Amino acid sequence: MSLTHFAALLPLDTLGHYLHWHFIQISVANFVVIVLMVFTFIAAIFAPFPGRRRRKENQ
Amino acid sequence: MTYTEIERQWTTRLRRRFVRLLPPEKLLPDTQPTYVSSWIYVFGVTTLAALAVVIASGCLLALRGPQWWHTSSVGHFVNSLHLWSVEIFFFAMVVHLWGKYFMAAWRGGRALTWMTGVVTFLTSIAAAFTGYVSQSNFDSQWISTQAKDGINATGAGAYFNVLNLGQMLMWHIVLLPLAAIVLTGLHVILVRVKGVVPPFEEPVKVSQ
Repeated sequence: MSLTHFAALLPLDTLGHYLHWHFIQISVANFVVIVLMVFTFIAAIFAPFPGRRRRKENQ
Repeated sequence: MTYTEIERQWTTRLRRRFVRLLPPEKLLPDTQPTYVSSWIYVFGVTTLAALAVVIASGCLLALRGPQWWHTSSVGHFVNSLHLWSVEIFFFAMVVHLWGKYFMAAWRGGRALTWMTGVVTFLTSIAAAFTGYVSQSNFDSQWISTQAKDGINATGAGAYFNVLNLGQMLMWHIVLLPLAAIVLTGLHVILVRVKGVVPPFEEPVKVSQ
């Protein structure tokens, strides 16, 4: 399968989609990246880190 | 050469100063404090790993040139690798920045560490923008014609001409990467000298 088959999965030759809210205008792609960063940040704070309990017990 | 003369040599004095400031066990430590075992501390090194891929893929692009990265499948792959490693670089750097901001990571004499991080972030943004206008395709032409109005409005257009592909390419592959690498190195050394910032202490409860 050539790469052109994968390219057909996402329409890259159309106009981008934008979100409007009062004076704020942002592309959907940028908005998705920001949401993912916020999600990653929150997950990084609360997700258990491997071996953390073992280290605490050793101290 | 006498012992006193050796002691007075600038190389001896400089070496001793470096070793005192950053002994080998601090430069390459065996262990880290317990509080470092959290995912929020992972994003600094993720940024460094992404930067290594950015530099390596950028070197490959420089070796073969625009004809290669626009027309061959391997060139397309390396071009995409360069773009996506930059995406991961900024993604990880922003999460690292948020984490350090809410930890107030400038505490304990770490102001210079914080400021080198800030300047590295700004330098990286400039490197990314000059990358967009160095692609040598219609996309870069469109971006540079839009960017010129913004740059000209600042008054810097006569010196920093975004329509000048040669100048933008030199900024993108020489000056800005050099600055980013040196600043990142300094940032990491300062982290090693001062250590990773500890969490805030819990307020002491007073029983009444």
